[in-house]
Amino acid sequence: MLARPGPDAGEVAWDNYLHLRDNPAGVTEELWQHDGGCGSWLVVTRDTVSHVISKVEMAADVKRAMQAAS
Amino acid sequence: MRFSGWRVLREGLTGNKGWAPHWRDPEPKAEYDAVIIGGGGHGLSTAYYLAKNHGMTNIAVLEKGYLGGGNVGRNTTIVRANYGQQGNSEFYSHSLKLWEGLEEDLNYNAMHSARGIINLFHSDGQRDAFARRGNMMINQGDDAELLDREGVRHLLPYLDFDNIRFPVYGGLLHRRGGTARHDAVAWGYARGADQRGVDLIQQCEVTGINIENGVVKGVQTTRGAIRAKKVGIVVAGRSGQVAAMAGMRLPIESHVLQAFVTEGLKPVIDHVVSFGMGHFYISQSDKGGLVFGGDLDFYASYASRGNMPMMEHVMEAGMTLMPMIGKAKVLRSWGGIMDMTPDGSPIIDKTDTEGLFIDCGWCYGGFKAVPGSGFSFAHLMATGNHHAPAAKFRLDRFRTGAGLMDEEATGAQHNLH
Ligand SMILES: Cc1cc2nc3c(=O)[nH]c(=O)nc-3n(C[C@H](O)[C@H](O)[C@H](O)COP(=O)(O)OP(=O)(O)OC[C@H]3O[C@@H](n4cnc5c(N)ncnc54)[C@H](O)[C@@H]3O)c2cc1C
Ligand SMILES: [Zn+2]
Repeated sequence: MLARPGPDAGEVAWDNYLHLRDNPAGVTEELWQHDGGCGSWLVVTRDTVSHVISKVEMAADVKRAMQAAS
Repeated sequence: MRFSGWRVLREGLTGNKGWAPHWRDPEPKAEYDAVIIGGGGHGLSTAYYLAKNHGMTNIAVLEKGYLGGGNVGRNTTIVRANYGQQGNSEFYSHSLKLWEGLEEDLNYNAMHSARGIINLFHSDGQRDAFARRGNMMINQGDDAELLDREGVRHLLPYLDFDNIRFPVYGGLLHRRGGTARHDAVAWGYARGADQRGVDLIQQCEVTGINIENGVVKGVQTTRGAIRAKKVGIVVAGRSGQVAAMAGMRLPIESHVLQAFVTEGLKPVIDHVVSFGMGHFYISQSDKGGLVFGGDLDFYASYASRGNMPMMEHVMEAGMTLMPMIGKAKVLRSWGGIMDMTPDGSPIIDKTDTEGLFIDCGWCYGGFKAVPGSGFSFAHLMATGNHHAPAAKFRLDRFRTGAGLMDEEATGAQHNLH
């Protein structure tokens, strides 16, 4: 999950967002789409070493929670 | 120990008692002029060319597992020079020329086989695209021939030419492309480096990179600290983690790529063949197994194994193109961790830390690059100057947007290549 910088955030911020990665070997949060089913966007917590999925949330719910928190 | 036909004959007659280990197993020294992190194809070729071309022999390769245990021993061994973008074209062209003299140079049988690669096309639009690619290859000084349907039928009579959805229209033939025995390439470079005095240190994981005032001083390893004036990071799928030891974030995501092999069969597929309408390519190994693969699974992974959807896609594509392989039994499948860059092209560059260099981002195509990458990276590490054929593989091209090499024209963003 990456926070999108504002349009005028500059080259370094956009490079960070678009290209540079922590590339973790372990637990990571990603945006997935249930392409072969209902089309929902999901926030999936997944281990990149074991492929174990430990948590799945509706992206819309996560977004609402983020907006409520900010 | 030199290999020759005479030597093989003599050993055969005397019970094969005269063969010696191909390289030493030295203890790490306290200090080297340069250390290479990673004993895969690229790390070993870098060490070889540092010693051979630049006389740097007080150097070491540090490998956390065993030599050749990474992607260099997990790939589908295709060697070619059919890239279309400036930057890639001249690099792979140089690398293919090195392949062509490799076995004599290393005195090692890497089973390099220029059996020809045929990329099939299945529509008029694809024909035009391949004609253009062929012209680019010829402009670069490499070989390409556009085959029509009958030309393909002559070489590959077993294809399903009249497939109802994806009939075969023709193919682009690259005669100098082919395959090589992957682990022999690693062993050949390892032996050549060792013979020139390079210490190849296995079971030695780098756990930290020592930097003082912006200058690299050496590395921490599971076998103790090692001082070095220059350090090269050449760790393929693990690039992100090793670079993090130097405080760097890379434009790299690690993804899994799968491959498959069947039981051994009599010779039936004489070339490397790729399907133009799905992710499938195939060749036959000298042991007789059909070796084939497709595309990435398309999610970040360090698992060295993939999942069923890509497996199913690859098998379906194979059956669509050449139904005859349906009777062969798949013996094994496996995966390797690929260092994917946003534009699908590699990086050979200096870093912001003086004396620290990086060679990574080979994506799913770094086997063919083993000779060229080692040659160019050694040049950079030894002289501080970029080697002409690899001069465009810059680390900062994503930030600036200048000099991106997006072969597939899908955009220079992660997850698109
Ligand atoms: C299934 C598959 C098919 C492929 N097919 C082709 C193909 O047909 N043609 C082609 O050109 N390319 C192909 N590739 C890509 C090619 O194999 C890779 O791009 C290339 O091998 C990567 O470079 P390498 O050989 O140096 O990597 P590796 O062999 O992975 O070497 C990296 C080494 O670094 C070591 N290392 C990592 N971290 C540390 C540390 N902290 N300390 C010490 N050592 C460390 C690892 O143990 C490893 O041995 C394929 C790859 C896969 C997985
Ligand atoms: Zn759903």
